[in-house]
Amino acid sequence: MVVQTARFAVTGLICAALSLAGTLSAAAAELRIGLAADVTSLDPHFLNVAPNNNAAWQIFDALVHVDANARLAPGLALSWRAIDPTTWEFKLRKGVKFHDGSDFTAEDVMFSLERPATLAASPGPFTGFVKPIAAKKIIDPWTIQLKTAAPYAMLLHDLNSIFIVSKKAAAGAATEDFNSGKAAVGTGPYKLVRFARGERIELARNDAYWGGPRRAAWDKVTLRILPADSARIAALLAGDLDAIENIPTADLTRLKTNANFRLEQKVSWRTMLLHLDQYRDHPPGLGDKSGKQLAKNPFKDARVRLAMSKAINRRAIVERVMEGHAIAAGNLVSPPVFGHVDALNAEAYDPETAKRLLAEAGFPDGFALTLHAPNDRYVNDEQVAQAVAQMLARVGIQTKVETMPASVYFAKARAGEFAFALLGWGSFSGDLALRALLATANADKGYGAWNWGRYSNPKVDALLEQGFATLNETKREALARAAATLALKDVPLILLHHQLASWAMKKDIAYSPRTDEYTFARDFRPN
Amino acid sequence: MPVFIIRRLLQSVLVLFFMSLVVFVGVYAIGNPVDILINPQADQADIARAIAALGLDKPLAQQYLIFLKQALAGDLGKSFAYDIPAIQLILERMPATLELALLATGMAVLLGIPLGLWAGLAPDSWPGKLIMAGSILGFSLPTFWVGLMLIMVFAVELGWLPSNGRGPSTELLGVAVSFLSWEGIRHLVLPAVNLALFKLSLIIRLTRAGTREALLQDYVKFARAKGLSNARVVGVHVLKNIMIPIVTVIGLEFGSVIAFAIVTESIFAWPGMGKLIIDSIKVLDRPVIVAYLLVIVSLFILINLAVDIVYSLLDPRVRISEAKG
Amino acid sequence: MQREQTPLQRIVADFAESRLALAGLALFTLILLAALFAPLISPQNPYDLAQLDVLDSRLPPGSRSGDGLTFWLGSDDQGRDILSGIFYGLRISLWVGVASTFCAMIIGLAMGLCAAYFGGRTDGVIMRLVDIQLSFPAILIALILLALLGQGIGKTIFALITVQWAYYARSARSTALVERRKEYIEAAMCLALPPARIVFRHLLPNCLPPLLVIATVQVAAAVALEATLSYLGIGVPITEPSLGLLIKNGFDYMLSGKYWISFFPGIALVLTIVSINLVADQLRDVLNPRLQK
Repeated sequence: MVVQTARFAVTGLICAALSLAGTLSAAAAELRIGLAADVTSLDPHFLNVAPNNNAAWQIFDALVHVDANARLAPGLALSWRAIDPTTWEFKLRKGVKFHDGSDFTAEDVMFSLERPATLAASPGPFTGFVKPIAAKKIIDPWTIQLKTAAPYAMLLHDLNSIFIVSKKAAAGAATEDFNSGKAAVGTGPYKLVRFARGERIELARNDAYWGGPRRAAWDKVTLRILPADSARIAALLAGDLDAIENIPTADLTRLKTNANFRLEQKVSWRTMLLHLDQYRDHPPGLGDKSGKQLAKNPFKDARVRLAMSKAINRRAIVERVMEGHAIAAGNLVSPPVFGHVDALNAEAYDPETAKRLLAEAGFPDGFALTLHAPNDRYVNDEQVAQAVAQMLARVGIQTKVETMPASVYFAKARAGEFAFALLGWGSFSGDLALRALLATANADKGYGAWNWGRYSNPKVDALLEQGFATLNETKREALARAAATLALKDVPLILLHHQLASWAMKKDIAYSPRTDEYTFARDFRPN
Repeated sequence: MPVFIIRRLLQSVLVLFFMSLVVFVGVYAIGNPVDILINPQADQADIARAIAALGLDKPLAQQYLIFLKQALAGDLGKSFAYDIPAIQLILERMPATLELALLATGMAVLLGIPLGLWAGLAPDSWPGKLIMAGSILGFSLPTFWVGLMLIMVFAVELGWLPSNGRGPSTELLGVAVSFLSWEGIRHLVLPAVNLALFKLSLIIRLTRAGTREALLQDYVKFARAKGLSNARVVGVHVLKNIMIPIVTVIGLEFGSVIAFAIVTESIFAWPGMGKLIIDSIKVLDRPVIVAYLLVIVSLFILINLAVDIVYSLLDPRVRISEAKG
Repeated sequence: MQREQTPLQRIVADFAESRLALAGLALFTLILLAALFAPLISPQNPYDLAQLDVLDSRLPPGSRSGDGLTFWLGSDDQGRDILSGIFYGLRISLWVGVASTFCAMIIGLAMGLCAAYFGGRTDGVIMRLVDIQLSFPAILIALILLALLGQGIGKTIFALITVQWAYYARSARSTALVERRKEYIEAAMCLALPPARIVFRHLLPNCLPPLLVIATVQVAAAVALEATLSYLGIGVPITEPSLGLLIKNGFDYMLSGKYWISFFPGIALVLTIVSINLVADQLRDVLNPRLQK
């Protein structure tokens, strides 16, 4: 499977033209970006959380990149192909240099693939991405072969998550060495100048960046850490920053109409959904309206689940709660993502049918439940939960809302304390989302780790397994679509909406927005 | 006096033990950091492995014993999220918070006592009433709201001061401080005012109440009768007698300014300990929470000790030796 | 030392001397009535989700809802009538502020007086407990309680008491230490009066004035602290907002020009606290025997 390069060549040309214009208008310029979350460490293999990865992407590269639509693209690996069902061969990019001037070779790849497993105490390790690799072999300095125990299609996605560090600089290095810059030697578009923990990351352009035409437009970039939304917005409005990420929906309209600023948006890979307990006879928080136990668990009845889905006015949520910065969801993954089924539409708002279905299922008077949601995790999470509660109340389902910070929420969710709970899910592909959210829970296979409702459908599981063993991307996508269509027919969970990711910047700057929500300094251009 | 101080320090060690135990049980009750920090795509085996790597799979009592053993050797553990020693993280952030707290407390005291005296000496004049009205407003408005208003007015609309962050820092006696440069001071003003407002109101009210009472007491009347100048009556006799509650509150408030600067620090993106602790609580980074609390408790103990000593200097009737009974 | 019992009439007359205090009392009475009769005077029950509609969200003051209801002060992000929200929110805020301050003051006062009176080991234990309490961030306490007990107004009050009592204990002790050395206490001790009598009849009344200053401030602080906890997502339930939570919810819209969501609850909060303080100031002056002319 050799990736076509023509498309990239064209993009490259356009970018080259842009960057030429850029260097003329904003020579020696500095770009100040406000980030929404703290970066805890610059060791790219220590903690797998989005803010840290976002910082690492400025300095490091991976073998496989994903483009703005979350589709695979060549990175440090120029091309790849499966030699046999369990062996992949990667051709590496030649002439790539690390920030210290040394050459990038297959040795660095070997080292980087081994390093995650050597870091012991991490609460969020990268080990899951290298675990499937059973053997590695260097063919020549620019060719490497990876063997998996069984046919494994997700290898390319996994490699997107492993940053390539310099073996010379990072051998034996600890987190502190990366933070100080000693070991933070990558091949990425920017070099680390200074990391002031909790405050800022200062970067300087890597003039030798292999991206050539995609070379960064700014000499210096400062990433400021500003987790408080109000502080970030105020800093942009006051001119202390040039661009910010993660704009609260409340401020989007104002920024959009302000002639001094530009807004860039793209549908995010994150889907908001509601899990329903389908395994217990008496889930917590469920009862009739006087608080008495129900004779049966209504969520076990597909008609009730469908009724609840129909009772939700997704358009109202999108337009009023999200102020238009979301799209109603009929899929587990958002439109550009691998495995999205165009034929699946968001459930239409139909309270009358919902009431009829409830009556048919034996709940003509509805019932009472508690909806749990985090209040510091997703965009407008508590507002969405309240809106859902309003809508369910209108078809006779009395809904109480309980919200809590993520630190408390996820522990309770894992302990099975919720019957009806809000979850946001971001995934590179539809089959990965299905595996985590709806596959029959199986710790050995790693299926259903987030299947809070314990939905189980052997046919879906079988399609998923078949897909993960299919190395042909087209065939695999077809299988992922079939599995999604099959599973969603049962309304195993209630889909709400896909978020839009937003960036705001000064009028004379442009950004190519990304589905994966990352903020890449190199994708900002003078405009 | 030395016996008193030694006794107090011994008690403090017990306090620190007790404290760390409370935090262990408390954080354990809230949840598990791996649930929050691990990649959602991770399977059950990865999760179990990460929990074991942090030693969180062991019984709580055993985890605590391990912590104690290391703590006695001077090691408070590495932060789960930052992967560097927790105590280093805290000491790194401490100067920023101390700087802010000192400036805010200084503002509150230097403005609060004169204004409070004024309001107390002339309670029915319009400046007196104005000061009181202002002080009521000062603590009526929630801190986060005032902070945003300050940013809106002085940074966004008028553009006089930076909206957030800390200015460039310079080394002073080995500590990174930012108040030595003009840029640093500009960054300090808004958060310090935000933090000082509540304390200022409190000190104004306490001073006023104390002054009004003191003015009616016999020794003040006597001093007046003796023909002492008004300035001397107020400056020496009144002020000295109202200082006890004020010193208590200043001491207490200085501690709480440090401990509760969380809101101000997060609104102004001030890189201090408050911001660190809230981030750490969010991800249940236990080593940092424990280390932070141990540092803060030690600070409180020292401040309280200082306050008790100042009492004895201000009021000979409170003899420190009495405290040990 | 004993003074004559002050007649109620004199207190009323003294209180009425200040027109400002009377105005404060009138305002506070109005606010209290609004809070008490919130269900009767509110156009909408803002805590009943079935009565809200997101389609009515964030309407400016004076707009009409889909059901024909007029939002005199606008609506919030859930389509909640701000006016009704303020009436109901007042109930919660006043209840949380007053209940937690009162309980915290009683506990703190008792602890502080005991520490000062008995001294020695009792003093040591109580004061070290105070040290621990004062240094423990309110947020961590609230979070632990939330994890253990779940969300609710009672639990928020409990968290606020836990946070505040130490403050009173510390102040009460320092004042009591001074009073204890004074002649009247020594005289009482010479008379071999029971300790409880000395503490409550003699020490307590003389320690109260500075504590009351702190307490009035602290009611406001408790309300603001509750707002801050709600701001951090660990206060009262989101579907039953207090004034603080209403302010917090609207706070997100301040920069985008939808001022009314946060502004009107903010005004209500300020008026409430100002009126409490006007009344409390005058009461304190009137009740303080040493300030009598």
